[in-house]
Amino acid sequence: MGFGAFFLLASLEGLVSAAVLALTAAGLSLVFGVMRVVNVAHGEFFMLGAVAAWFVTSLVPGPPALGFLAALAIAPCLVAGIAALADRLVLKRLNYDPDATIVATIGLLYIFQQAALSLYGPEARPVPAPFSIRVQLPWFGYSGYKLAVIAAAAVVLAALWLGLTRTRAGLVMRATQIDRETAAAFGIDTGRVYAGVFALGAGLAALAAVLVVPIQQAHYLMGHDPLLLSFITVIIGGLGSLRGTLVAALVIGLSDGIISVFFSPTLAKIIATLLVALVLVFRPQGLFGGART
Amino acid sequence: MASVILSARGLTRHFGGLKAVDGVDFDLAQGEIHALIGPNGAGKTTFVSLLSGRVPVQSGTIALDGTDITRMAAHARVRAGIAYTFQITSVYARLPVYDNVALAVQSRHRGDPAARTRAALERVGLADRGGQLAGTLSYGHQRLLEVAMGLALEPKVLILDEPTQGLAEGEIATFKALVRSVVPAATVLLIEHNMDVVMDLAHRITVLTFGQRLATGTPDEIRADPQVQQAYLGDTV
Amino acid sequence: MKTLALPLALPLALPLALLALLAAATLLLPPYHEGNLARIMLLATYAMGYNIAFGYTGLLSLGHALFFGAGMYAAGMAAEYGGVPAAPGLALGLLGGGAMALAVGLLALRTSGVSFLIVTMMFAQAGYLTILYNTDVTRGEEGIVLAAALRRIAGFDLAQDDTRYLAAFAIFAVGLIAQALLVRSRFGRVMVAMRENEERSRMLGYSPYRVKLIALVISGLYAGVAGAAYALLFGYMGAGFAAIQNSIAPLLWVLLGGAGTVLGPFLGTAAMFYLTDLAASLTTATLLVTGVALLLLVLFAPKGILGTIRDRWAPWLP
Repeated sequence: MGFGAFFLLASLEGLVSAAVLALTAAGLSLVFGVMRVVNVAHGEFFMLGAVAAWFVTSLVPGPPALGFLAALAIAPCLVAGIAALADRLVLKRLNYDPDATIVATIGLLYIFQQAALSLYGPEARPVPAPFSIRVQLPWFGYSGYKLAVIAAAAVVLAALWLGLTRTRAGLVMRATQIDRETAAAFGIDTGRVYAGVFALGAGLAALAAVLVVPIQQAHYLMGHDPLLLSFITVIIGGLGSLRGTLVAALVIGLSDGIISVFFSPTLAKIIATLLVALVLVFRPQGLFGGART
Repeated sequence: MASVILSARGLTRHFGGLKAVDGVDFDLAQGEIHALIGPNGAGKTTFVSLLSGRVPVQSGTIALDGTDITRMAAHARVRAGIAYTFQITSVYARLPVYDNVALAVQSRHRGDPAARTRAALERVGLADRGGQLAGTLSYGHQRLLEVAMGLALEPKVLILDEPTQGLAEGEIATFKALVRSVVPAATVLLIEHNMDVVMDLAHRITVLTFGQRLATGTPDEIRADPQVQQAYLGDTV
Repeated sequence: MKTLALPLALPLALPLALLALLAAATLLLPPYHEGNLARIMLLATYAMGYNIAFGYTGLLSLGHALFFGAGMYAAGMAAEYGGVPAAPGLALGLLGGGAMALAVGLLALRTSGVSFLIVTMMFAQAGYLTILYNTDVTRGEEGIVLAAALRRIAGFDLAQDDTRYLAAFAIFAVGLIAQALLVRSRFGRVMVAMRENEERSRMLGYSPYRVKLIALVISGLYAGVAGAAYALLFGYMGAGFAAIQNSIAPLLWVLLGGAGTVLGPFLGTAAMFYLTDLAASLTTATLLVTGVALLLLVLFAPKGILGTIRDRWAPWLP
């Protein structure tokens, strides 16, 4: 297989990473943007989605596609529910104070990890893909499921975009993001908006995890990398800008995929983390963001 | 004519499309009480923020005692002799009154701040409240604390941003006496909306409208100026 | 915070009392607890450094593991590959932590709040990954066990319980007294002022960047010497000490003991150490203990043990 083909393979792998990252980061972007909350436990919502998917698929009998569809429907809702609960019980009581929420979400991180460790165990377990079609390209065969993941993510993100820009709920969210007090003065129940946004953010991360779990395995520590990567994505893309997040996810996912194939993945991560630190220092608004943190 | 302690030339600051301060020339004479008046949104607070360094200058120059301080950072300007008291009171709410003033004294002098801190507190009449948390003071007393901190810095120029806002009549009288005691050793520039205070205290007045300097003169001159009357004082003088 | 007008003796009395207790402990305690206390004292030194940055100056950083790791690996690698003895090793650790804090601070302190948090987290993560990337030299997660022969100070064997305890005690004592003096000093008051109202402090003539940088470097020195001592006294260095969990740890200890108090870091470290020890003997859910502790603290006792005591009953507590 020539270099060009290798590059295409790497790019496809990168697109899959980008798709999953885009969903996860979109969730974080919403929470960060609307609530101004740093949710250090965001990666754990991702992990809980994967673990929940494993439970659902192992409980649902029949062809893997059935179990997978059930997981796709159930897992994000379950995780969203957990998030809404966390918001109500913890974050709301802290009045979303920046320092306090960071510490509180760190606490939640440990609790979720422990829950997964105790209920699911320390092993990494695979989830069977709903279908195993191979798409035959001229140079190599590629997993049809992976292509489906890319498509699914695109559809969900498009729906999210439309939801935010065209529906009333989306308008309410954006209004609360721009000015919480004014929104409240207009009769918007900001408490419910916050709970909803937090749940939506968690749900998106969980959805991304369900999509990726047939490719990767479900493991109780798997939230760590998505957390860092989605933070990197949101910051480079610019806070409060969904479009920026999506573009950044594409760039980071692709370059991570490509660099990982040709160079060491560790080196790629080192460069990425240093890059985001420098972006925050010298161009805090990221690529597209307008408002300052 | 007294020497000029603080001067600005062509000072300009825009915020997006808004010309907050637009090419202002200004001279502050040493030892005077100079009032800055103008309608809301005229650019007064922005102007003094440029002078004190809280907001960076876009074009123009500022000189303190002959030295160009245009690019100097805010904290350095404080050390050079400009003190600023906030329009919205900004003290250390969770620290005692004593600590608030001691931090100002400490900025100016080495060694034990105790004696100078007590002196500053006595000067504004807060000596018996040294141990009280600043956040629990009444509004008027917090304003006095701000002034005490400003005085403790022993500045060349003391900039007061709407200092009498929210003060009761008696408190205003105390305040006026305090300001008079500061000059001529130091110089006072104050933004004020209370015309009685302005006319009573100020040696000279500058009027700002729409980011530009409309007029400068003694209280009588300003009162008589028809442009000022039209722009600001209306016809009740 | 109490008034500046208190005499110096009172704030020093309690730390000295603690040191006296700890000194006596070496005579009274069995080796198991002696070893634990030695560990606690070193980790408390790390926590005291974090307290200076976070508790007193208000810098919420998630990157301190980088400074701890810098100290640990500076001393450890020098010992392993250069045969550098323990005393200069500790100095290297001190410098390593301080230098790393300076480098990070110069960049990170151009931001504040959430951005600062993320920048420090990212730098620490890059450091951790760099250790992993150079696994051939650092042995990554597995780490390096330092030979006993390398761990000697002035002819004394650091692997020996009593000597080790004494060394940890010495480092902790210096750190504790230094912290007590620092927070009472002019600079200590400026640190607090910066935390309480940065804009006000700026307009009193204090440079926020400079004050925060100095505070961060001091906390880096503490972290560095703690890391170096940990490697030399316990004979092991591993990438885990540079991972994010080790950045969260001092935050937890300081919060538990009381941020912005002199004895809080030690109390929090000791309490958390024995709490996890206890939990580990009862259950395998040790992560849960940390998580619940953090949540309970931040919801119900954000000032920590000593902070709450100081607030409610004892305003003179240092």
